[in-house]
Amino acid sequence: MKLPVTMTINGQSYSHEVEPRLLLVHHIRETVGLTGTHVGCDTSQCGACTILMNGQAVKACTLFAVQADGAQITTIEGMAKNGELHPIQQGFWEKHGLQCGFCTPGMIMAAAQMLERYPRPTEEQIRHQLEGNLCRCTGYHNIVKAIQWAAEHMAAGK
Amino acid sequence: MYPAAFEYHAPTSVRDALGLLGSLEDAKILAGGHSLVPMMKLRLAQPKHVIDLRKVPGLTGIKEEGSTIVLGAMATHWDVESSPILKAKAPVVAETAAVIGDPAVRNKGTIGGSLAHADPAADMPATAIALGFELVCEGPKGRRTVKADDWFQGLMSTALGEDELLVEVRVPVWPAGSGACYMKFPHPASRFAVVGVCAAVTLDKNGACTRAGVGVTGAGTKAVRARGVEAGLAGKRLDAAAIEAAAQKAAEGVDVQADLQGSVEYKAHLCRVFARRAIEAAVKRAQG
Repeated sequence: MKLPVTMTINGQSYSHEVEPRLLLVHHIRETVGLTGTHVGCDTSQCGACTILMNGQAVKACTLFAVQADGAQITTIEGMAKNGELHPIQQGFWEKHGLQCGFCTPGMIMAAAQMLERYPRPTEEQIRHQLEGNLCRCTGYHNIVKAIQWAAEHMAAGK
Repeated sequence: MYPAAFEYHAPTSVRDALGLLGSLEDAKILAGGHSLVPMMKLRLAQPKHVIDLRKVPGLTGIKEEGSTIVLGAMATHWDVESSPILKAKAPVVAETAAVIGDPAVRNKGTIGGSLAHADPAADMPATAIALGFELVCEGPKGRRTVKADDWFQGLMSTALGEDELLVEVRVPVWPAGSGACYMKFPHPASRFAVVGVCAAVTLDKNGACTRAGVGVTGAGTKAVRARGVEAGLAGKRLDAAAIEAAAQKAAEGVDVQADLQGSVEYKAHLCRVFARRAIEAAVKRAQG
């Protein structure tokens, strides 16, 4: 039996009827059509599907869409504002924080929460906070630098 | 769609949740979903009914009641990790939560869900046993309290009745002069504990150990109390030699399982090494 779900994604409200077993990440990608959120591992380990739900970073592959009924969601598509990259996106650009780019949306969403909780993280903190995000290109070094770049610029911008 | 089809229920009270649990056949409780949903995605679990607790009020929050800290079963690992009350009164509980999974897992996974799921490689069970958590279950006949020692009964099996909900986790605050530490050897990919040990000690003013609690997780099918280690610590001044001698008993009473992570000998060795390290750190903290 399908159930109605309504959620706000990147400021826009979406209402659909979905099967309870539909995962949130498939809802976002296939029903809503926002394909920036990726599916990497299928086992809740890689973090490519990380989004912000009610302000918290979550793995959209480990939630049913029905659990997000009424939620406020931000995906990678909601990070840039008025054509300007978010400082974290800019950091990945400046520091070459990606190789193939598949993990990047999840990395950026995880970093968004990290910098909210720890505005000036140490390198060790960054690495610990990224434990849920895997980069199969193993490009972690520049990802850490990108987040450090973003932390500096976000602190300066405040 | 990966999981098998199911019917979704979102009750708005504990009473309604218990009613559904009692009347539906093949129903599973969904808390944070970070154990159940991965299993459903792999179809290792295919419940006909899923009862989501997200709309049930009164199951979250962390508060102090005298010398006990009371955690709602739906408190997330992040709630536990970041709780000012726990950081002040039982820091090892916050520290244990902080090494579960990863930040996104901790944002959704709950202490109650994790303890009810009883994964043999979960972190919190070691700390629950070492400190002496109490778990409050609510069922059709009312509430009852189960000690952590009696909670873990086997591989992913607990004292929770099929018609019961775990609603509260009670953490005792240890007295002044106490210290505790949880240490694990994490699996490099999943961060689950290959072996994890939580040690808690209370020292008197002469430095002698008046109380010790040691829990071991990861190595066997369930978390257990390391009674041999505790006996080895009790009454002693905990210098390096006493700690080393006590830690040698860490694998006794653990049904150590060989798996892809290591042999029985290797994991038993890890139990002893991590027991020693956790006790050393706990003693340092107790000394202030």
